[in-house]
Amino acid sequence: MTAVLRASSALEPVAGYRLPLRRFAHNRPAVAGLAVVVLFLLFCFVGPLIHPTDQTHTDLTQVNLAPGGARLLGTDAVGHDEFGRLMYGGKVSLLVGLASGVLATVVGTVWGAVAGYAGGWLDAVMMRIVDAGIAIPALFILLVVSAITTPDTLGLIVVLGLVSWLVPSRLVRAETLTLKSRDYVLTLRAIGGTHGRAIGRHILPNSVSTIVVAATFQVADAILLVAYVSYLGLGVQPPSTDWGGMLSAGLTAAYSGRWWLIVPPGLAIILVVCAFNAIGDGLRDAFDVRGRG
Amino acid sequence: MTVLSIENLAVTFSTDTGDVPAVRDVSLRVRPGETLALVGESGSGKSTVALAATGLLAQNARVSGRISVDGTEVVGADESALARLRGRTVSMVFQEPATALDPLSRVGAQIAEVVRNHRRVSRAEAARAAVELLRRVGVAEPERRASAFPFQLSGGQRQRVVIAMAIANSPGLLIADEPTTALDVTVQAEILDLLRASAADSGTGVLLVTHNMGVVADFADRVAVMLEGEVVETGPVEEVLLRPGHEYTRHLLAAVPRLTVAEPERAKYAEKPERAGSAKEPAGSAPVVELRDVSVRFGRGHRTVKALTDVSLTVRAGETVGLVGESASGKSTAARVALGLVRPDSGSVTLFGSDLARTRGRPRRSLLSGVGVVLQDPVASLDARMSVAECVAEPLRVHQRGMSAPQRRARVAEALELVRLSDGLAKRGPRELSGGQRQRVSLARALVLQPRLLVADEPTSALDVSVQRTVLEVIAELQGELGFACLFVSHDLAVVQEFAQRVVVLRAGAVEEEGPTMTTLLRPETEYTRRLIAAVPVPDPVLQRRRRSALAAEATT
Repeated sequence: MTAVLRASSALEPVAGYRLPLRRFAHNRPAVAGLAVVVLFLLFCFVGPLIHPTDQTHTDLTQVNLAPGGARLLGTDAVGHDEFGRLMYGGKVSLLVGLASGVLATVVGTVWGAVAGYAGGWLDAVMMRIVDAGIAIPALFILLVVSAITTPDTLGLIVVLGLVSWLVPSRLVRAETLTLKSRDYVLTLRAIGGTHGRAIGRHILPNSVSTIVVAATFQVADAILLVAYVSYLGLGVQPPSTDWGGMLSAGLTAAYSGRWWLIVPPGLAIILVVCAFNAIGDGLRDAFDVRGRG
Repeated sequence: MTVLSIENLAVTFSTDTGDVPAVRDVSLRVRPGETLALVGESGSGKSTVALAATGLLAQNARVSGRISVDGTEVVGADESALARLRGRTVSMVFQEPATALDPLSRVGAQIAEVVRNHRRVSRAEAARAAVELLRRVGVAEPERRASAFPFQLSGGQRQRVVIAMAIANSPGLLIADEPTTALDVTVQAEILDLLRASAADSGTGVLLVTHNMGVVADFADRVAVMLEGEVVETGPVEEVLLRPGHEYTRHLLAAVPRLTVAEPERAKYAEKPERAGSAKEPAGSAPVVELRDVSVRFGRGHRTVKALTDVSLTVRAGETVGLVGESASGKSTAARVALGLVRPDSGSVTLFGSDLARTRGRPRRSLLSGVGVVLQDPVASLDARMSVAECVAEPLRVHQRGMSAPQRRARVAEALELVRLSDGLAKRGPRELSGGQRQRVSLARALVLQPRLLVADEPTSALDVSVQRTVLEVIAELQGELGFACLFVSHDLAVVQEFAQRVVVLRAGAVEEEGPTMTTLLRPETEYTRRLIAAVPVPDPVLQRRRRSALAAEATT
């Protein structure tokens, strides 16, 4: 073995798993994004324990107070503390966003892996279904669904998850197509290994970087989608709310100068969505996978 | 008078993890009309020397020493000086003709561009020169071919175009880095003839970088052997190849599989009594795998490609059958049919006495548990996300689900020991292993279930000769011990001759001829097999020269 080979073989394991981590750590926007997400999670889920507020009962003696004193961000038209409400609504936004983003990725991954691995007519049929789904705007489907029923949090997660699995399924299918003709998959099939094992042990673990990157972007999209839907009044119903719902409720008030009802939830949405996108970009560069640009 | 002179060249690459010395204190000379072969295994620095001579090293390379090409100093020269040099005084031919050409422009235009880069001629004159060059490099119908795109040409034709570009301005020095490695042997022979003729015509000096000792014997006047960035031996080709002075050269040459081409070598049979003996026994025993009149087509409609046409072949218990042929002859497809990975359009496959097409589900899987597989690519053969132990244990997990973890560990350790890998490697990832080690892990995985049939598809073609030697020895030894049958697919006739008792020659998807290895390869019945064997250069310059002149004499009559 030559000096060059020895040196390069010592280098490779780093490239295997530690290098993506190190690359991610050197990506400033991605690290900042991660910090923003962690802070918001703490704010929304731990915050109410430190700063408990009543978000279910209206208090007509305390309506439309400007920020100041104990009311950091003032109160809204029915007397809810706006700072506490930001936590309360964020809980729903983040929960629905994360859960439906993950759900979309899981559904898309399974769909894409099966289609890519099976090939032939099954692949053709499954991918035409995806094409058809992409041709229908997600927002349109959401409006139709909300017109029929009023979804609770769980319902919202399922509906959002089921309209946004299409893009990840395409990515995973493309990955599967290249992985299924790898020699180790052929070897497994030649000795009688099952298709389940080929997908579960080889193809999915090797596409994990693609899947993780896709999931991050899915979460960002889902948070935005929740905001759309709620803004249009079709999301979770009062007294429950989320950031999109808060925007919607505060819109009329904004014309009368009560900026504190729309600026905080609006900023929160922008910050969190940008943060998830920065994390996705960072992960994509760190893993060196193709994803969306 | 030298066309290339390299003195005390040292090249170091600076990387993230520190400096990596690639070449140390190399001094070489090439005279006009002379061919110097630079040989060595991967990582020896031979390609780095070739790139340094043209000033084409990557940005992170630090170069010291002197390189002068036809009197011009290359080390430290600026880009414009190098650009004047390249293509006129020195030109290059690389390994992969597919990537050396621009896929979007016609080959005639690409050659004409090289002409116009260095000579003040009109467009029309350059186009005429391009056609003339295509004729010189032996492209049939050069006028028509000049307007072809690279993808419309075969690999050999593309390499001819690359050579036409290289000799367009009659350079003093031609640098050829593995110019025939990507090509079939018969095409390789033609390309070597062409390079030899073009160099002789114009007195061009050639620096030939190669790992193939046969090519060296066929083509070179002098040889420099490189090891770990240093030249360990230099001398005339007869001297180095027949009476090597350095221990490493001897080791390298001993590892090269030699094709026995002459009859009187009958003594070889006597040298290997155990192999010759075992060749007789299995003749009567039951076939482990049998392909009967198998045809395979890929694609549909008018784009159908016939991969196999009525191929029949049998591997009997304990015997090794070599499946040889050029690229696209269908040898890998035939192996995949035998493994049940490709379903034949017609014909039948019988594995251990059962019809593979009619066996499904559990019986099929238990049938396949008797098969071991080793494929060509050492990198793609192992899942990089698994440890070596997990890779080897996979067949056990598939076929012996009830096995306890300690039992499994013991079997894996046993299998690793069989292929002479230390148990310490079990926890490592495939990325940490060398190519030879990876192929031995693949072999351990193939043998862990103690199969009755091993299918090996070019198991050593991606490896250096000395590593290939070790892997082949391990397979042969284990076959003696465990007695499995082997279907051995290879393009390398020398390896097959050494390894297989019977040989099947495929050509364009059909069986051209088959028989006992020694008989078929020494007294081939068909013209195609004869040409195939004649095209393989042997690493003995004296013998090779005799074969070449015999071939030329045959061609003229």
